[in-house]
Amino acid sequence: MTKDLSPKDKTLGEALRSQGISRRSFLKFCAATASMMALPPAMIPTIAHALEKAKRPSVIWLSFQECTGCTESLTRAHAATVESLIFDSISLDYHHTLQAASGHAAEAAREAAMQEHKGKYLLVVDGSIPLGNPGYSTIAGISNVDMLIDTAKHAAAIISVGSCAAFGGIPNAKPNPTGAVAVSDIIKDKKIINVPGCPPIPVVITGVLTHFLTFGTIPELDHLGRPKVFYGQSIHDRCYRRPFYDKGLFAETFDDEGARLGWCLFKLGCKGPSTYNACATTKWNGGVSFPIEAGHPCIGCSEPNFWDGGGFYKALSMPTENISKTAVYTAAGAVAGAAAVGIMNRYTRGKADDTHEKATIDDLEK
Amino acid sequence: MNEIEFLSWVRGPGFQIATVIFVAGIIIRLGETLLLGRKANLAEAKGSAMRSGMRTIASRMLPPDKETFKRSTFTITAGYIFHIGLFITIFLFAPHVLLIKDVFGVGWPSLPSQIVDAFTVVSIIALLAILIHRITDKVLRYLSGPEDYIVWFVTIAPLLTGYLTFHRLGGSPVMMLALHILSVELLMVLFPFTKLMHTFTLFLARWYNGAISGYRGVES
Repeated sequence: MTKDLSPKDKTLGEALRSQGISRRSFLKFCAATASMMALPPAMIPTIAHALEKAKRPSVIWLSFQECTGCTESLTRAHAATVESLIFDSISLDYHHTLQAASGHAAEAAREAAMQEHKGKYLLVVDGSIPLGNPGYSTIAGISNVDMLIDTAKHAAAIISVGSCAAFGGIPNAKPNPTGAVAVSDIIKDKKIINVPGCPPIPVVITGVLTHFLTFGTIPELDHLGRPKVFYGQSIHDRCYRRPFYDKGLFAETFDDEGARLGWCLFKLGCKGPSTYNACATTKWNGGVSFPIEAGHPCIGCSEPNFWDGGGFYKALSMPTENISKTAVYTAAGAVAGAAAVGIMNRYTRGKADDTHEKATIDDLEK
Repeated sequence: MNEIEFLSWVRGPGFQIATVIFVAGIIIRLGETLLLGRKANLAEAKGSAMRSGMRTIASRMLPPDKETFKRSTFTITAGYIFHIGLFITIFLFAPHVLLIKDVFGVGWPSLPSQIVDAFTVVSIIALLAILIHRITDKVLRYLSGPEDYIVWFVTIAPLLTGYLTFHRLGGSPVMMLALHILSVELLMVLFPFTKLMHTFTLFLARWYNGAISGYRGVES
């Protein structure tokens, strides 16, 4: 008879097996993860071994100024996948959307987890932090900024999930009424893994978790703190519609012949060329498709300030401000200025002509 | 400022600043020239100044006579190639047509990207050859001042950065796109105050050349 372990003491392998995941599908997941993270096939057994033996890591999930879309993205996969089960298998000790406890009981759970796993727990943050007034967003009377600083202090690593936590996102968009900032604007002394997107791809989260569990380190990050394996290439460079861009074949409207033939969406405002994410390769909804495949241009949601990029339907080559207005006003001003100078010159010349005295031969002979 | 913020700046406030300097500068420079005025010509007109002026604007677009061509074959050939290439690259590349449509409200069909690409490469080569010619030709080198090299640089910079951006070469594509737009803004800012003004003043100069001949009843 096998010992019935409490969920907390189970290793990840045990937790997965108890949920009916076969070794075969577990190894398939490890192989897929290895290839997704551009690791050599020789690493697959290492990943499998590390995940098997990993104690369920304690995860504290803080939700600040957010819409819960990130949590929805991660928990509402359309079918139970190994990824979602891995996610289920972490010890999610605090997540105020998902946990049963509320109020002070929930805060007690967070503090308990922080004490028990001091220096070992993973801190996941979604949502931005308002600095305009701490009262704009509080949980159990604690302001977001205080809770973040307090919880980050002893975290093994911090993962900023979603564009709000990573870059400030929509709350940070102009005019930013709450003074919203990203996690990295407050926490300066810890490595932060940014997993932006609105929402981010679920598999990217599990990929980052897997990397952490396998190697005990955080993956290689780009200049914006994003894991290079997932954010190393732009949507445009991996887009299946790219050949149409190269040929100069564009959909002009959403219902023209070009749109029906699946031509490039650049003219409809696609931000694929300036957006780094894995949508075009890992895709969404269990690999079904991604926005461009559904006929909508990429809105660049995993990039900083995507909400202020001049409009989702404005092509990248278009100016974001109203240049026609600028040009007309400038022209009017310059014409008026030039006319004024011209009139003044004419007046000066006229006056000179009037006062001009003609010299005669007699004058010269004087 | 990260690269995406840099891109937002060049697409927004940066482009606005460049537009103000570009538009105001051109109007002031043209106004300066036009407001100079001319003394009334008291001689009797022997032909139409206007007709001759307009004809000269058009006729000077065509290749010159054989003698002139022989004398400066390189300058004329390279000049034509790069001006035509520049025209096609600026006005017939799809993303540029979108920009023009956004600003002026009118657009036109664009050429396939590969054709524009070919013209860009040819223009870059022609501009490089022009620079080499300027440096190696003793007389031309003597006549060249810093402005000539600055003007050359701000002309080739958008072509080079545009080529690299399109082919996603030379660093992060976001940074390259931002640099491309910035290089165009630099061109716009320097435009009214350098020899680049010839884009507009050539019409005045050609018209005047034709007009004085027409008034005297001689061919221009």
